[in-house]
Amino acid sequence: MSEARPRSFWILAAIFALFVLFLYGPTLTIMVLSFQGPDGGLTFPMNGLSLTWYTRLWEGVGVVDIWAAFRRSVRLGLLVMVLTTIIALLAGYAFRRRFPGQGLLFQLTVASLIVPSIVVSLGIALEFRLLDDAIKAWGDAHGIAWIAESYTTAMGLFTSGLGAQLTWTLPFGLLIMFAVFNRFPGELEEAGRDLGASPWQVFRHVVLPLIGPSLVGVALFGFTLSWDEIARSSQAIGDVNTLPLELQGLTTTVTTPEIYALGTLTTGVSVLVIAFAFMLFVAVRRWQGQRALKAR
Amino acid sequence: MSSSLPEAMTLPAREASRAAAPRRRWAAPLWQAMPLGLVLAGFFVLPLLATAVVSLWDYTEYSLVPAVTLRNYRDMFEGCFDVSGGLCTTFATYLSTFRLCLIVWAITLALGFTVAYFLAFHLRSNTTRNALFLLCTAPFLTSNVIRMISWIPLLGREGAVNRALLSLGIVDAPQDWLLFSEFSVVLAFVHLYTLFVVVPVFNSLMRIDRRLIEAARDLGASGTQILLHVILPLAKPGMVIGSIFVIVLVMGDFVTIGVMGGQQIASVGKIIQVQMSYLQFPAAAAQAMVLLALVLIMIAVMTKLVDIRREL
Repeated sequence: MSEARPRSFWILAAIFALFVLFLYGPTLTIMVLSFQGPDGGLTFPMNGLSLTWYTRLWEGVGVVDIWAAFRRSVRLGLLVMVLTTIIALLAGYAFRRRFPGQGLLFQLTVASLIVPSIVVSLGIALEFRLLDDAIKAWGDAHGIAWIAESYTTAMGLFTSGLGAQLTWTLPFGLLIMFAVFNRFPGELEEAGRDLGASPWQVFRHVVLPLIGPSLVGVALFGFTLSWDEIARSSQAIGDVNTLPLELQGLTTTVTTPEIYALGTLTTGVSVLVIAFAFMLFVAVRRWQGQRALKAR
Repeated sequence: MSSSLPEAMTLPAREASRAAAPRRRWAAPLWQAMPLGLVLAGFFVLPLLATAVVSLWDYTEYSLVPAVTLRNYRDMFEGCFDVSGGLCTTFATYLSTFRLCLIVWAITLALGFTVAYFLAFHLRSNTTRNALFLLCTAPFLTSNVIRMISWIPLLGREGAVNRALLSLGIVDAPQDWLLFSEFSVVLAFVHLYTLFVVVPVFNSLMRIDRRLIEAARDLGASGTQILLHVILPLAKPGMVIGSIFVIVLVMGDFVTIGVMGGQQIASVGKIIQVQMSYLQFPAAAAQAMVLLALVLIMIAVMTKLVDIRREL
């Protein structure tokens, strides 16, 4: 029998419950409203129950090709996820030892996280504009025909857009790696080395299995942060838009529950990815546990 | 697993590999850190340099003119030092952004600390604690814009809040200030960013040695005294980190203020965005440099109080 909770517990628990309601309530509201009947509006009451708005969404939202944006966002998100995981893992590994420029690199990473996104986005846009001008001037100077005729810009989803998102996801990735390696049992690696394992073998057979589940977390951050990113992409994405950017534009033009359907769908993807990552995390842990038992 | 280790390696061979190792070991962290360094150089350092340079350039309606001028900064502060003429646009915008920042900061810090304190000190089971912590942080991984538009059915003229107020007889007519107003902007910021305070403060609180609190209690400190003289000082690093996040996110914002303010409220970030859309790049660059300088000063003041790296 545990001792009675103090009164402060109940007050704080109530505040906490309200906070959770505040966090989730609105999103749940639009999920419900996305199933409005054909005559339903943006607010309660529900005017029947239907999939009308999802059907409309499936057929496309006015002039905006929402599904092309959807596919672009998925592709970009997956690429950001893979790159974030690999680059953050490598850098996290490097930071465990001393190397020249270490302090500078750490400060740059933190700075990249806390410099306002609009400033980074604008900077990348300017950088690519200057680059374009330079390439065109160079093409003119050397009389290269295709540059004069068909070159427009180096800006794009997978150049400037990708870079802009990495400046946002990589700091989170590195900070997670720091947290992981700070709690890492270094004596296991020491043991591996003493037994004659090469650096690669130590990494492959000692480090990777131990940090594997955390890498799932880094990948999760990489994908979901990219999937919802607006501020850094906004100026740096070129002439096509990602899904969140289209969605932001639609908030001022769409006045039907169609936007709730789109919102529910987008959130659904995030939730699926989070659930998948969570299950993978648990599965990897369990699989490692079984392997460890067998090894005994 | 053991079969893949070089069991058959003889002693001299092992000695040799040890001798070769230091050379590789010295270079390894360098190439491992290289990709991160290259990404940051290409998409963070160079862009900031480009911004600094372009902010000093002239421009016409359709092109940049690479001639050094202070025109952009002059334009920005035009009329600002004229005492009689009231507040200039730039100062007025910065002032309103600061104000917004201060309000959001105060609310998120108080709310975030309360939530983190509850999680860290009032839950007995680690499983419950972790589950509730995840419950608080998961929304960070979903879309901000969707979380913003989620307020429309609640706060709009026909929204749930107005209906409730009307039916309870608290007001006679639907309230307009609930949505597309400063109120909804602050609400959305608190909704989106309290998390950025909860996580670092929770981290700081979990590191506090529980014996310190017991010692304080044994020495006769009241609950309030423990909170003020033991817990708060030890939570300071987390509070500073959270504050930096909130301040930077609000100072540079243009998305939340745009969507939740009905595109009616001015902010520094919005000025930059509008100037970009009119292709006034040097003017936008100058604006960005001033914003960056101000934010860096604010951060510098706060980081004097805490060593970020020790907190990880």
